[in-house]
Amino acid sequence: MERSDLKHALGRLLGPKEPELGCDECFTELDRFVDLELEGSDAGRAVPGLRAHLEGCPACREEYESLRALVAGEQPL
Amino acid sequence: MNSAAVASVVQVETAPQVPVAVPSTGPLDAKSRQWLEDLRGTGAAHEAAVARLHALMLRAARFEVARRRPGLPHLRGDDLGDIALEAANDALMNVLKRLDDFRGLSRFTTWAYKFALLEAAVKLRRRAWQNRELPLEPESWGLFSSTGPTPQREAEQHELLAALQRAIDDVLTPHQRKVLVALALNGVPIDVLAERLGTTRGALYKTLHDARGKLRRQLVASGFMLDTTRKGGA
Repeated sequence: MERSDLKHALGRLLGPKEPELGCDECFTELDRFVDLELEGSDAGRAVPGLRAHLEGCPACREEYESLRALVAGEQPL
Repeated sequence: MNSAAVASVVQVETAPQVPVAVPSTGPLDAKSRQWLEDLRGTGAAHEAAVARLHALMLRAARFEVARRRPGLPHLRGDDLGDIALEAANDALMNVLKRLDDFRGLSRFTTWAYKFALLEAAVKLRRRAWQNRELPLEPESWGLFSSTGPTPQREAEQHELLAALQRAIDDVLTPHQRKVLVALALNGVPIDVLAERLGTTRGALYKTLHDARGKLRRQLVASGFMLDTTRKGGA
């Protein structure tokens, strides 16, 4: 296994080092986070812990990526 | 979202990992206000708004289905269309039930879309794992045991992986071990595991988070440096 693969595997097992939100809070904040990102604001600062959660939770990450792609493709904010 | 929205803050008391200051409400943009007025109203305007909302939900659900379609070769177009419609219907009901939860901190359509995307994603993950036994025991350690780029790194990898395996066996409760192995090692989707175990996604993630914390502390106590990279590169 290459070191980057090992890091990826360890990342999945050990999760983000930073404090993070849970899945429920992530869902609550996701629309605000995405709109802030798409308007160029500092979404990570406005919603601390959400970006770390996206790195630790593949399901929430997928839903974030879908929402961002859907809204970004709809119309400029 | 303008910064004025951040003026009033509340604490998310249920956050299992980190409390976050969030605005309680925000200023509604004109389109979002119109959505709420129409959906809360009666008569023809209400009916038309519900129909528009359903169209939005269907658009989002089809969007999610299309994104995941390459990973679902066993599902036919009719099946995928049915899943999208069912997800849109469920999302419509959820949005209508939860209108009072909309805080005006995003556009209304962004808020509503996430319900349809979630419904579609959950249904597709569950369909993909339907009739499959969930792997709850470590199956993938072999993937971690291939050679490193140098003998020294290979030795480091073996040492770290051995310590991690020991920590999983030694410091986790049986439930934590099962959840960690299924989610983080074997790639079982969290909502699929939640359904099979009769629990919630949030509760499972809390268990995963606690297990990860135990492993990190155990590895640090064993002398591994996990802070050199975010993902625990030792």
